[in-house]
Amino acid sequence: MTRRHQRLVMVLLMLGCVSLAVGFALRAFNGDLLYYLTPTQLYDGRAPRHGQFRLGGVVEKGSVARMPGSMTVRFTLTDFKHAVPVVYTGILPDLFRVGQGIVVRGRMVSGIFQATQVLAKHGARYMPPGIHRPHPPSGEEKMLALKRDLAEGVRP
Amino acid sequence: MTPFSLFFHRLASPPYFYELSKPWGRVFAWLALVLILTALYGGLWLAPRDFQQGNGYRIMYVHVPSAWMSLFVFMVMAVSAFVGLIWRLRLAYAVAAASAPLGAAFTAVALVTGSLWGKPMWGTYWVWDARLTSELILFFLYLGFITLNRSFEDQQTGDRAAAILALVGAIDVPIVHYSVDWWQTLHQGSSFKGLTSEIAPAMLWPLLVMMAGFTFYYGWLVLWRTRSEILLRESDREWTRRVIGS
Repeated sequence: MTRRHQRLVMVLLMLGCVSLAVGFALRAFNGDLLYYLTPTQLYDGRAPRHGQFRLGGVVEKGSVARMPGSMTVRFTLTDFKHAVPVVYTGILPDLFRVGQGIVVRGRMVSGIFQATQVLAKHGARYMPPGIHRPHPPSGEEKMLALKRDLAEGVRP
Repeated sequence: MTPFSLFFHRLASPPYFYELSKPWGRVFAWLALVLILTALYGGLWLAPRDFQQGNGYRIMYVHVPSAWMSLFVFMVMAVSAFVGLIWRLRLAYAVAAASAPLGAAFTAVALVTGSLWGKPMWGTYWVWDARLTSELILFFLYLGFITLNRSFEDQQTGDRAAAILALVGAIDVPIVHYSVDWWQTLHQGSSFKGLTSEIAPAMLWPLLVMMAGFTFYYGWLVLWRTRSEILLRESDREWTRRVIGS
């Protein structure tokens, strides 16, 4: 075995050992490395009973309700298996909308998640407007739609 | 190979690299300039607005290539360190030493641009999720490499110590890359799934061109810095005096 081979074996041994150590450490801390829990993980009892944690999910369709005269908003976060009702008072991020991934920080109080912080989780999808969702209607289009609704007897 | 020719090879390779790197550096610099200007035009003028983020997404044309370079440069450093440790190649150590400040700068740009994007989109400048934290650790590994490399009287001792740090630190590179798959993070997952992408083609091509441009930009700078590095390291040699004299 030449000196070069010895060095090669030493370096590879060192790399193998360190990789193994890091791998075990990451496995041991696996649960703590999750930035948020999903509603399903919450139902599985992985969240702390008392104290704050983060919950991530998608804002359920038709669940967003604003309390009139306050900055309080109620919505439901779902991972399409379980859903958790959330209440939050404060300014929502611009990307907050139905169908958007959201991460909230707070605690469970009698079955409702009391959020102290709301963060929007952006997806990996980038596309021009109009493919996924139509353009927001112009003023003229709104007027036409209003007239049509009135003609059909639907309250605007 | 006789001991004499081996000695001759070792002595000969830095001046040979010094000569060869000049035309290659120029080619890389021109390629980088053309690619980056093309990508800037494509990304800032031709690419349409995003359906959710409006124009705010365009920071990705700097953020994604910088993040890619932060990983790429560390891998170059780790491979150079490996070659230096095993084959005792002086040039490999010079490449690693020349790369470290460049990698640190790319990492800093990735962190800062991501933070500036995070405030309007996520609602916060910073979170301690797996992706952001592992990228911050990568930044400190670069700083550690630079410090360790310069901490010894004898440059060779510094080179070897820093080389071991680069090899051990390289474990962070796959962790940064796969963090979004292994753990639930606030940072989005990869927009690339194999050869397909979730980015619309009109927005995607300037990003890919920019990534190529950044890679050549690094290629140019690393050749340039390695030239200075070997001049410094070989300053007591005959060829260096000849090169500087001319």
